[in-house]
Amino acid sequence: MDGVAMSASGAPVLFDAPGPRARRRSRIASVVVSLVVLGGLGLVVYILGQPRETSGGVTLTGLWHPSRWDVVTNPDLWELIGQGVLNTLKAAAAAAVLALILGVVFALLRSARTPWVRIPSMVVLEFLRGMPVLLMMLFILLAFSSGAYLAVVLGLGLYNGAIIGEALRAGISSLPKGQREAGLSIGLTPFVTRMVIEFPQAFKQMLPIIVAQLVVLLKDTSLGFIVGYPELIRTTMNNLGNALGNKYLFTLFVITLVIYVVMNLILSAFARWLAKRR
Amino acid sequence: MNVIIDNLDRYLSGFGLTLQLFLVAAVAALIIGTIIAVMRISPVAALRVFATVYTELVRNTPLTLILFFFAFVAPQLGLGLDYKFLAMIGLSLYTSPFVAEALRSGVNGVPIGQAEAARSVGLGFSQTVVHVVLPQAVRMTVPPLINVMIALVKNTSVAGGFFVAELFTIGKELANANGNAVIAVLLGVATFYLLITIPLGILAGFLEKKWMVSR
Repeated sequence: MDGVAMSASGAPVLFDAPGPRARRRSRIASVVVSLVVLGGLGLVVYILGQPRETSGGVTLTGLWHPSRWDVVTNPDLWELIGQGVLNTLKAAAAAAVLALILGVVFALLRSARTPWVRIPSMVVLEFLRGMPVLLMMLFILLAFSSGAYLAVVLGLGLYNGAIIGEALRAGISSLPKGQREAGLSIGLTPFVTRMVIEFPQAFKQMLPIIVAQLVVLLKDTSLGFIVGYPELIRTTMNNLGNALGNKYLFTLFVITLVIYVVMNLILSAFARWLAKRR
Repeated sequence: MNVIIDNLDRYLSGFGLTLQLFLVAAVAALIIGTIIAVMRISPVAALRVFATVYTELVRNTPLTLILFFFAFVAPQLGLGLDYKFLAMIGLSLYTSPFVAEALRSGVNGVPIGQAEAARSVGLGFSQTVVHVVLPQAVRMTVPPLINVMIALVKNTSVAGGFFVAELFTIGKELANANGNAVIAVLLGVATFYLLITIPLGILAGFLEKKWMVSR
């Protein structure tokens, strides 16, 4: 138990230390619950593995039947999946670079000293942050006939740029006032002070938040599926799904799921490492 | 502008469906998320492991893939429901780990000294939790929870890609039908989303400021 329940010495704070009978009871409860959880999961796996009859009277093999998994040995399949992964990473990388650049620009505009710059940029940022990314992609796709790739990259870049911009602005405003004063007093212009003194510190402080946002960005490239960009989900679930038939749909789903979870766990682990290192 | 006024009934029907998706998924996600959060801090190791695996798995899966599963794969497995209900299930499951994390960080955020102080002045377990820990945890939990809900409002648009005629789908159809007024049509759609997200955002910011505890 972490958090409220334990004090630094490891003794429970919220209630008195359990005696031998209470400890035995909690041990028994632990074993029983473990068995129930494992049994439940086992039951789901077993049911999914059973042959099933459709309403049309056709019998389908169970999900773990080898005939549903033989495609995984086909190298062509993996080549296509690799292409999908590559397209996902390509869009994510381009959008991440764009989002970082826009984030800096937005933060500068948002914290400008003239209200004529600050207030309109605040309105634009609220607008960008308040609407779905998917709608932004559709907007770019239809209003500028940009093609699916650009729609995905620009949509993700604008949306995440707005979020990173807000994070950077919060970082700047949390800096001690003396930082800016020191910059100005040694003769730097306000703009140079902001870029050379304030931004690097704000960036460093907000790095974990920014990396976490980039994980979200990677996940959101999957919206390309809906606007027609051949990223991972469109490649596996749509193109391969249609080519191989419904028999393999679950197999393809599991493969796609594993690829996404692994990619995101690696990025999240990187974010945690960055947060700790600071 | 005329396009929006002429098609106001379609906008409203889409907006109604978006609201439906949001409200049902919000309630379901709050319930599932609370259960996961309780499991996550429970003394039973099996529950903790299960909740952790669930959180990491669902949080790292794109919503598009989850909704694809419910729209295309689940019917193959014999779960044939209306697409609207399938989308609601998908949105609830996707949102639940974010709810759980917000709750957990709120409870963990109450300093241990608060509970110790309450115990040392003679309060019992339920008194400590009800009068000291929970009121502080709620203050720290509500603003992040509102932010989770704002994300959910925006995420309902993904269901539009899977046969649910909510606001995004209506926008797409109207934009295709009115090629010369695409910008107006889509700005209209954006307005409806902003109608929910901006007030919620202001509320979160207000509560955060009002409830900020300086320690």
